[in-house]
Amino acid sequence: MRTAIVLNLLQVAFVMGLAPLFAGILSRFKEIVQSKRGPSIFQPYRDLAKLFAKDETVSDQATWIFRFAPYLAFAVPIVVTTLIPVLTSFPLFFAFVGDMLAAGFILALGGFFSVLAAVDTGNPYGAMGASRTRMVSFLAEPVLVMVLFAVAFVADSTIPYIVQQRWVTPPASLFAPSHVLILIAFVMLILAEAGRLPVDNPTGHFELAMIDESKSLEYSGRGFLLIKWAGWMRMLVLCIVFLNVLVAPWGLAPDASLGHVAAAVPLVALKVIVFLAVLAAIECSATKLRLFRITEFLTAAFVISVTAMITRAFSL
Amino acid sequence: MIGESLLTPAQEQANSLVLGLFLLTAFGMTVARQVQATLLAFVAQSLLLACSSLVLGLHPLSVHLLALTAVTLAGKVLLIPWLLRRIVPDAVYSRRELSQPVNITTSLLIAMALAIAAYFFSVALLAPGTPVLSAGNVSIGFAGLLVGWYQVAVRNEALPQLLGILAMENSAFLAGIAMAPDFPLIAELAIAFDVPLLALIVGLLTRALQERVGSTDVGALIRLREGGEP
Repeated sequence: MRTAIVLNLLQVAFVMGLAPLFAGILSRFKEIVQSKRGPSIFQPYRDLAKLFAKDETVSDQATWIFRFAPYLAFAVPIVVTTLIPVLTSFPLFFAFVGDMLAAGFILALGGFFSVLAAVDTGNPYGAMGASRTRMVSFLAEPVLVMVLFAVAFVADSTIPYIVQQRWVTPPASLFAPSHVLILIAFVMLILAEAGRLPVDNPTGHFELAMIDESKSLEYSGRGFLLIKWAGWMRMLVLCIVFLNVLVAPWGLAPDASLGHVAAAVPLVALKVIVFLAVLAAIECSATKLRLFRITEFLTAAFVISVTAMITRAFSL
Repeated sequence: MIGESLLTPAQEQANSLVLGLFLLTAFGMTVARQVQATLLAFVAQSLLLACSSLVLGLHPLSVHLLALTAVTLAGKVLLIPWLLRRIVPDAVYSRRELSQPVNITTSLLIAMALAIAAYFFSVALLAPGTPVLSAGNVSIGFAGLLVGWYQVAVRNEALPQLLGILAMENSAFLAGIAMAPDFPLIAELAIAFDVPLLALIVGLLTRALQERVGSTDVGALIRLREGGEP
């Protein structure tokens, strides 16, 4: 049991430590495609160091929610990390505490509190962005639920470790139609949930067009650091669920030996980097949707996930 | 549902992947705003139909199905899109259909409901003991048929309506190759000549509309004018 706890801590360290690096790599990929000369891939770490040294300013209108939200937002991806297979393919200490549905709703809890915090300060842009974020995530919710239902239907379980074992590991089921459709729907879900390009422009600095970014407008110093870091970790956690549970459960440590786990770190990082390249390609070829067309985007994702269920029900 | 299958597991896998994507292209054709995107989705759908008949025709080797693959590739993947691009002016393809009677989100949900309904219909069609090569083809074909029919009903532009009819035809074929794999080749050839002619005629009509009226919005054609200037 002690090794299980150590491995869990190692997973958390992996997600916490490398999330800024992956954010840097993703923006570097996009800069390469757009023939720009961007900052180094380690820039997010420098940003974090800078923010850590800065003072924090809090509006005198703000309540405890404003101060509390960054800590919660930071804790949420860490909790989810303990539930999912990050480096190992065997269940760890917290594996059966919550399933994928729980992971989805725990992530939603963090989103809920950052929305409350955005409304809390009385900044009009905060409230506007908060209502937009709510719109996106309430449209994304049915997609998430349908995807998980389809997964549960196929794998007889929603515990990520079991799904990975039963469903994805036999290579024949990798190309099953319901699987391919679920993957498409899940990528669309990641784009929406992480505020990536067809839904939201993560590099936009125009307040009127902001969706995700506007929630952190009022934050400064350490609060901003936590919010930013939490955003990167959230993105990484979504990628890891996608890669390790649904697409490619290869390269994970099969047992608790330290050598295997150490070998899993670069392999998982490699998978994430390959996925980030795909994501950069999607982001560079898509334009930002107008606000009311986000509905269409997410309805399409919903219909795709229902189609996955149908093709499964047709016993294809 | 059909007792022992004639197909190998690998064939069933490949075929079912094709079927899933086929249904997706049917949805795509119904909701794509731009005419060009609808045409591309149609080409993809025809390609998937060809893939399905190729996969089904390989193992109990069926000359009919392989011939159908060739006919579909030549006719629907190459000839019809080429004809339509040649005949209909480019202005039509870059046009976006902004005013649809039903908005896209609702359209998608209705199309999905039709696809689910098709599943229940096809269960009735596939009574136990019915000799069918692949039950999935019948279900998805039927779903595609209903979604294509909905597309014809809901789209305003002339070309997407035509493509809706062609999508219904694709779906009927998809179901047909599983229900009657040894259908006489002459019927397939007849249809293979028939469908490009249909596309040619509707394409010419669309071109005339575009030249005379400056628009191919069929939904706007509600009054009959006799004589005088158009």
